[in-house]
Amino acid sequence: MPKRVALAVAVSFLSLTVCGAAGLAVAADGSAPATKVAATETKPYKVEGGKVDQGTYNGYRRYGESCLRCHGPDGAGSSYAPDLTDSLKHMDYDTFAETVINGRKNVNTANNNVMPSFGTTEDVANYLDDIYGYLKARSDGVLGRGRPQRIGD
Amino acid sequence: MNQRKKVLLSWTALVAASMLAGSQPSLANEELGKLSKDPKQWVMQSGDYANQRYSSLKQITAANVKELRPIWSFSTGVLRGHEGGPLIVGDVMYVHTPFPNIVYALDLNNQGRILWKYEPKQDPNVIPVMCCDTVNRGVAYGDGKIILNQADANVVALDAKTGKELWKVANGDPKKGETMTGAPFVVKDKVLVGISGGEFGVQGRMTAYNLKDGSVAWKAYSVGPDDQILFDPQKTMNLGKPVGANSSLSTWQGDQWKTGGGATWGWTSYDPQLNLIYYGSGNPSTWNPKQRPGDNKWSMTIFARDADTGVAKWVYQMTPHDEWDYDGVNEMILADIKVKGTPVKALVHFDRNGFAYTMNRETGELLVAEKYDPAVNWATHVDMKTGRPQVVAQYSTDQNGEDKNTKGVCPAALGSKDQQPASFSPETGLFYVPTNHVCMDYEPFKVSYTAGQPYVGATLSMFPPKGESHLGNFIAWDASAGKIVWSNKETFSVWSGALTTAGGVAFYGTLEGYLKAVDMKTGKELYKFKTPSGIIGNVTSYEHGGKQYIAVLSGVGGWAGIGMAAGLGGDTDGLGAVGAYRQLANYTQLGGVLTVFALP
Repeated sequence: MPKRVALAVAVSFLSLTVCGAAGLAVAADGSAPATKVAATETKPYKVEGGKVDQGTYNGYRRYGESCLRCHGPDGAGSSYAPDLTDSLKHMDYDTFAETVINGRKNVNTANNNVMPSFGTTEDVANYLDDIYGYLKARSDGVLGRGRPQRIGD
Repeated sequence: MNQRKKVLLSWTALVAASMLAGSQPSLANEELGKLSKDPKQWVMQSGDYANQRYSSLKQITAANVKELRPIWSFSTGVLRGHEGGPLIVGDVMYVHTPFPNIVYALDLNNQGRILWKYEPKQDPNVIPVMCCDTVNRGVAYGDGKIILNQADANVVALDAKTGKELWKVANGDPKKGETMTGAPFVVKDKVLVGISGGEFGVQGRMTAYNLKDGSVAWKAYSVGPDDQILFDPQKTMNLGKPVGANSSLSTWQGDQWKTGGGATWGWTSYDPQLNLIYYGSGNPSTWNPKQRPGDNKWSMTIFARDADTGVAKWVYQMTPHDEWDYDGVNEMILADIKVKGTPVKALVHFDRNGFAYTMNRETGELLVAEKYDPAVNWATHVDMKTGRPQVVAQYSTDQNGEDKNTKGVCPAALGSKDQQPASFSPETGLFYVPTNHVCMDYEPFKVSYTAGQPYVGATLSMFPPKGESHLGNFIAWDASAGKIVWSNKETFSVWSGALTTAGGVAFYGTLEGYLKAVDMKTGKELYKFKTPSGIIGNVTSYEHGGKQYIAVLSGVGGWAGIGMAAGLGGDTDGLGAVGAYRQLANYTQLGGVLTVFALP
């Protein structure tokens, strides 16, 4: 039961952030919000000449704070947690959000892998779409390893 | 019955004797001190109280080590990183594992047949609270008991003969980020236990439990008010001067010390003559130095404490106001050596910050502080009067500030050496040190503290020093001159504890999985064997049935395992093929195995 509640939080959160992005888009150039939302959903990051937008950059940083210790530098995995640049080739945003919010357990005779629930961790939950954007850019192969430069840097 | 009576009798005699001598009864100490001098056994993780990791066995020599071969091996059944090593007490070998922290007692008279197995029941939710893998650095022996530090911060005493649980105490709360990775250390009638969680804002401490029943004898925090850190403002010394009142509190802003770190996850040593224990404290929390102005005492500190009361005799902070995560927890090796011609009761410490410190372990006087990797660049030198490192502005993550990327700092947060213990040979008078050769970019940023959540506040990326492609060295070190005697390059960080022997051979493991034997005088490689997985465990020697054995745990992981999948260094560094070459995953995969070697 608590799981379902948390998921609901995640979903409402998702719509909130998408609305936010759309709102921003309208303010910026006055174009139709609907198409902008679709574009944001397909490409949750912006990479221009190797440089990234503030959201993707923030995602890199939040990743470093809360995810890197297990998933390794640049989302590339470690000896005890999966390579996220590979995971995100198969995982959509909703599954990603669900996993981050609720965590995941794989404990048996062969494995002792546990991902904690980040549903109440502000540094993660508040920036879920930024982290997703950063990792998706890494997964799509449009962003290299290391600290990305920001557009306008 | 007779035997029991005899034991009781001798115990009474011992108590009487020690009462006469004016000290407390300490049966475990008597037994353990004696056992640790028997080179046939290996009764504590570091071989002896002095943390020398030296064996006086000499069947295996520089001349015949090329004949060495694996004799038997044992799978632990656990995949995660295997640090630490086995204990050998009499005819029994005790082998531990990372989470779920299984302990096996193996019969050396019967090719490692399992005498008993203990597997604690732990909540797996502790796993992600552990920084950098679920490693465990081994069990301790004392008073007929095996002491295990569980991941979930419970300390358990097992009957060494049966594996039966005798007592169990909670040394911390994983919900606050308190976990355990370090090995317990038995001194006299107590067992000393540290705590991990520097990345979760714990208040680091060392706790002494009574071996008999697990009750607390004393508890000494690393940071906080004098009564919590067990300091005597007049008698606790820092470089020859009393520390004065509130020596820790005055170096923190407000209540920040309460989540100030200074975890104690490394090794402990003991000098029975001085009755002092030695250990170091880890990083101040968070990794963002801007958020915690001040020297943040006593994080990053060497402590010398009275073994009976815990009161600090002297302290020395190596990295005041840490800006790079250079934990001070690495082992303190006690050795009686000549320093610049004068015989000294020395303490030698290879710090994460890249400096090797030689100190007078009686007084805490600083004698030598030199870089043990030429790549170290964050400080020019240590001022020998103030003991402070002279920080290079370019590499100061505090001066460069939040949200600024400080580039090319050497060493990386891994340190020039991490917990992997070095070894001292009384014969050559040299220290044999497994090292990392890695640099980093470090960018601090603001974070807020939430109990049980990571409290890091910096991103970093790691890579080899400019123009180089190897990530580790195995070196011989002269602690008097403060100079490298010889240095062997290694492809990856050397994350395995070294062993020196009277046979003139030093041993260590590599991340690819090789057990290597080198000539202690020249560093020349004499033997290597590839074990089933990368080695982050420590090499051990013992004798059984008239034969000398070498034993080591393989099983890659730990912090070393974090760069395993993709290698360290970005694909922007232009190294191309070299970058790929550094991928550890191309050399080894997971799996815990103990391998035992001997001559034919």
